[in-house]
Amino acid sequence: MTIHLSIVLFLPLATGLIGALLPARYARWAVLAGTVAVLAYAIVLLVDFDGSRAGLQYVTDDEWISELGIRYQLGIDGLNLFMVVLTAIAWVPCTLVACFREQDRPRLFFFNMGLAETAVLGAFMAQDLALFVVFFDLMLVPFYFLIGGWGTGDRVRATTKFVIYTMAGSLLMLAGAVALGVLSTPDGGHISFSLAVLQERSVSEGTQQWIVLLFALAFFVKAPLFPLHGWVPETYRSTPIVVLALLSGVLSKVGAYGFLRIVLPVMPEGSQHWQELFIIVAVFSILYGSVLAFSQDNVRLVVAYSSIAQLGFIVLGIFALEDKGAQGAVLQMLNHGLVVVPLFLIIGVITMRSGGSESLLRLGGMAVRAPVLAALFLLVTFATLAMPGSSNFVGELLVLFGTFEDKLVYGLVASLGVVLAGVYMIRVFQRTMHNRVAPAVEPREIGRIDLAAVAPLVAVIVALGAYPNFVVDRTEATTVRKIQPARAVAAEQARAPAHREVSAIR
Amino acid sequence: MILPLADVPAPVIDYRGLSPLMATLGGSVVVLMVGLVRSPFVRRVLVPALTAVSLLAAIGLTIWIWEPGDREPIIERAIAMDTLTLGVSMLFFVAGLVTVVLSFRSLAAREAGHGEYYSLLLGSITGMVVLAGAENLITLFVGLELLSIPLYVLCATELHRRTSLEAGLKYLVIGSVGSATLLYGLALIYGATGSTGFDGIQGAIGDTVGLADPLLLTGIALSATGLAFKASVAPFHQWTPDVYQGAPTPITTFMAVATKAAAFAVFLRLFDFALGLSQLDWAPALAALATATIVIGNVGAIAQRSMKRLLAWSSVAQAGYLLAGVVVGSELGLRATAFYLAVYLLMNVAAFAVVIARERVSEHGDDLASLELLGRTQPWLAWPMTIAMLSLAGFPATAGFIGKFFLIDASVSGDYTWLGIVIVVGSVVSLAYYLRVVAVMWMGRYEVELPAPPRRRVKPVAGWSPEGDVRAQPEVAAVAILFAAATIVFGIFPDPLFDAARDVGTALSNLH
Repeated sequence: MTIHLSIVLFLPLATGLIGALLPARYARWAVLAGTVAVLAYAIVLLVDFDGSRAGLQYVTDDEWISELGIRYQLGIDGLNLFMVVLTAIAWVPCTLVACFREQDRPRLFFFNMGLAETAVLGAFMAQDLALFVVFFDLMLVPFYFLIGGWGTGDRVRATTKFVIYTMAGSLLMLAGAVALGVLSTPDGGHISFSLAVLQERSVSEGTQQWIVLLFALAFFVKAPLFPLHGWVPETYRSTPIVVLALLSGVLSKVGAYGFLRIVLPVMPEGSQHWQELFIIVAVFSILYGSVLAFSQDNVRLVVAYSSIAQLGFIVLGIFALEDKGAQGAVLQMLNHGLVVVPLFLIIGVITMRSGGSESLLRLGGMAVRAPVLAALFLLVTFATLAMPGSSNFVGELLVLFGTFEDKLVYGLVASLGVVLAGVYMIRVFQRTMHNRVAPAVEPREIGRIDLAAVAPLVAVIVALGAYPNFVVDRTEATTVRKIQPARAVAAEQARAPAHREVSAIR
Repeated sequence: MILPLADVPAPVIDYRGLSPLMATLGGSVVVLMVGLVRSPFVRRVLVPALTAVSLLAAIGLTIWIWEPGDREPIIERAIAMDTLTLGVSMLFFVAGLVTVVLSFRSLAAREAGHGEYYSLLLGSITGMVVLAGAENLITLFVGLELLSIPLYVLCATELHRRTSLEAGLKYLVIGSVGSATLLYGLALIYGATGSTGFDGIQGAIGDTVGLADPLLLTGIALSATGLAFKASVAPFHQWTPDVYQGAPTPITTFMAVATKAAAFAVFLRLFDFALGLSQLDWAPALAALATATIVIGNVGAIAQRSMKRLLAWSSVAQAGYLLAGVVVGSELGLRATAFYLAVYLLMNVAAFAVVIARERVSEHGDDLASLELLGRTQPWLAWPMTIAMLSLAGFPATAGFIGKFFLIDASVSGDYTWLGIVIVVGSVVSLAYYLRVVAVMWMGRYEVELPAPPRRRVKPVAGWSPEGDVRAQPEVAAVAILFAAATIVFGIFPDPLFDAARDVGTALSNLH
């Protein structure tokens, strides 16, 4: 069966453009139809995907800018299959909820939603480094407008800060990408940014080191990881909730994905060189995020900081450079996206019931009058704190196993994060659902539209908890291959001192 | 006895090669004469139309004689009509056409007299073509003066506005200093190499004159300084914001895009071709200038609230990016510079057209406040400005991104990786002011923090009453929309521009 990735990729943008030309009332439905179509396509992709093969499938490979060696190259393998699916799954409920809320300037809003989905899908599908950079930067444009145009509070400041932080990272990555392309070109060869080609060519270890650092800056800002998370509090506070669900659930994965797609396979020596540093950053993020999540008042910020901790786990898994760790990271990327989206949608419902207040101090007591809402929230909470039986549990366990093999101390410290996650998530649940009904809160059941948006996501979470191997089977082969070069370098490094001792004795 | 006139060999004149020049020069004379007719129809409509016809003819002739490869200079090796000249000439002609359209209702043309205004414009364009094609130090200087003198006058054409006169005077004084410095430099280069022709200079360097010859080095330094004045490269950029702000906005548009292209064409030809062998001497100095320009331009723009000043500072910063393509002294650098000049024209014209449209009707003039909530009230103006700003900042899916990509590519290939990173860091800083413009248009009045000074009340500078319909200037909006659309189209399908840039890259044969 032929599946044209270009259609999936540009469908949301096309429907956004169509919506922009329609009367304002219909714009939303055009974009919603687009996201649903993408989801349908993604499901077909999932069914059709051959999980036993490790290479790229459904490849689209065309000349784009031959002068610069940039190709329009898309493809799906085990690494990005579930990222594409996650994007498709996440966009539908968020667009649905947005459709039923009154929007100022709806055409522009939904156009930006469509553009954002195209950009994110593009970043996940791109198999050419320059194309990846294009989509990676393009993601910022719709989010800049969505936050600045429809946010709350000090939104312009927040969105500017967000864009400058992220753009600083991604422009440095652009310089790194160009340098990688140019410096890896053999004499007389034609420059190429295709990842497959870059993987065969190589640049010197010293060059790899600084290029990896530029990439890491971009990805750490995007993720976000401590200490590059400065944009997080303001942005999370100001972003409209449906946009925030996408920002936190899907966008944050692009950074972690970039490590596995680009950094580790293309620059193994450079990655190995910084392994220790990146692990420390990851562990710090876990601790910092967990502790701050525990001390926040604002519900959104609890989830924001918990995201920092979760992304710390994912990066830890990746840079453990062990099969299990990377496998866990990939699984966790999907899991985190799947729980954060309903989490934010539920928070949206809760704040609507509380007259807009997002402070934990002014919430409470909704469970009695809204049992369905409470039940859904409880399931999502359990998944977030990685309760045994959830897929998140499997993911975190794999990450920790991978870390224990070689980096036992870091693994032990990181385990603290698992414990703390239980504390702060239960705290959120209790403060919003249990206790006395807060004065401003009007405990009503979840509405039909919100239910229609959240319930399927919860169903997916539960299903995945029952059968996480569905994901693992399809991703394993690719993931292992992606970290293999860096692993080999690390193994060699471990052997090297032994050699030296032997020769010294001789 | 009859004077031995017959023995004087007259230079062979290649009329075909000169045809674009003759179109603009002839147009200049005709327009000046026709402008003397008293009928308002002739002055207001026929004169601009003739100017446009002359420019369109020049464009057509340029395409006709377009031929890639290293062309022999014509007229006793004085001027080369190769693809480098013709490529940037296209930019001059397009910029000229845009200026004609934007000037159609402007006060400046009316106050200065239509014939004179358009004639000076065509004269300046002629000077630019001569300058860009100069293969000889003398031609270079003639071209430079022919370019500059009409511009000094054009800056001051809004006779009843003091800032316009001030801009003209300032530009005259500083431009003259720049010209004088350049002239010194050219004289010293001639003194050191004994040749005014570029190929003679190129042959002499490393042969009869040593690379470290102090006379030559001083000459190079002084000419670089002189050209830096024209290209508004820091630290010789101080005139830029004042003159850009004071000059009539159509003229500012013209200066921003065309003068810059002309100055960089000379930079390329003089440095990469004539002085190519001493690249090791001048490249580090130019790289340092580029860095300073990028930093100063971007930092200077942050605090601006006048759109014209902001774009002036941004043009300083962009000059820094462009200089990177000159520094590397490679064919790739030449191509990247040419490509970026074209892109730079597209995005700046779109931005300036919106500024013109707004300052004619808004009481805030060209202040940022005149753009407030434009996204709601006039989206057809807000979109072009948004696209221009995003492109200037280097967001993907715009031509600016590809241009920057190309420049960084050229820098890294030329072993100036650090300059590529400077470009990137400059772009990050530039987000602070480009995004503010976007935010003012789309995100509401009170949320956007504007820099300190209070709002000035400026009288609209339009040639008709602001009470009239704000849509009554379709040609300005059309220019904005057209060029913004081109920015997007070339950002997604840049191949036509790359093809042209590749042709331009073949013009200087010594590069590799």
